[in-house]
Amino acid sequence: MPGFFESAGADGGASVALDDGELSVIRSLTVQLLELIGPDQHEDEDADPLQALFAEGPSEPPRDPALARLFPDAYGAPGAPADEAAVTRSAEFRRYTENELRTQKRERLLAMVHALDEARGAPRDREGNAVLTLDRAASDGWLGGLNDLRLVIGARLGIDDESTTEKLFDLPDEDPRKAMVIAFLWLGSLQETLVDTLLPE
Amino acid sequence: MPVEIERTEEQATPDEAPVPEVPWVTLVHNDPVNLMSYVTYVFQAYFGYSKDKAKKLMLDVHHKGRAVVSQGSREEMERDVQAMHGYGLWATLQRDS
Repeated sequence: MPGFFESAGADGGASVALDDGELSVIRSLTVQLLELIGPDQHEDEDADPLQALFAEGPSEPPRDPALARLFPDAYGAPGAPADEAAVTRSAEFRRYTENELRTQKRERLLAMVHALDEARGAPRDREGNAVLTLDRAASDGWLGGLNDLRLVIGARLGIDDESTTEKLFDLPDEDPRKAMVIAFLWLGSLQETLVDTLLPE
Repeated sequence: MPVEIERTEEQATPDEAPVPEVPWVTLVHNDPVNLMSYVTYVFQAYFGYSKDKAKKLMLDVHHKGRAVVSQGSREEMERDVQAMHGYGLWATLQRDS
């Protein structure tokens, strides 16, 4: 069935047939998230790799709520007023982990864009759909990347509890958020079917 | 899971089982976006938990709002929290109470 992942190959890989519209939607959302996460600050080839290794990350959470969801505080109960010790420890944790986390997320999103571009140029199936085939390692990256996309779209749609989600499902067609809700739901079913191909029994 | 053990010579009698000090835990918090199947998958893939245990923890997160998913030293829990953030799960660490 187009638009949903199925198991492929003996090594635990997966594949999905995407029409050109689906392919460009997911590519465009992925590129937007890459822009939101921002460039690697140490891409400069002349930069000292040792210095890059020890470069400190930020100590404050991102102001953008979508980014703040991707890089949450490590200490303190969510929603509760943070005590001073939790704030200090969260800042310290962030300084030495956030750059690494950003790199991890950036790299798997970049791999998604490359895989989509490869699928677009490859021979089509009988219906004319592009066929995206992932090996086991690529599937893991896609699972995390699809999840980050959904977290960011969820934050943009203001999804903060289950009842908000239900209300969004019933939006009238003319609502400006409708397209984003449809993308959110579709990415969810893509992710769900990809998990199904990976879930160890 | 290796734990750091601090004890003095006098306490280290041969027939006394070592009591590991386990003062920190990793908590995963509920959020309305993450799929239940994905959260279960992460608990299996990262912690190596059985499907039953992973599913039980996921349901605890979903129904109780949060669940303790691992325990150990502060350094170990920071590693787990960073890994959970990498997967997109909302995790924090705190002293076990």
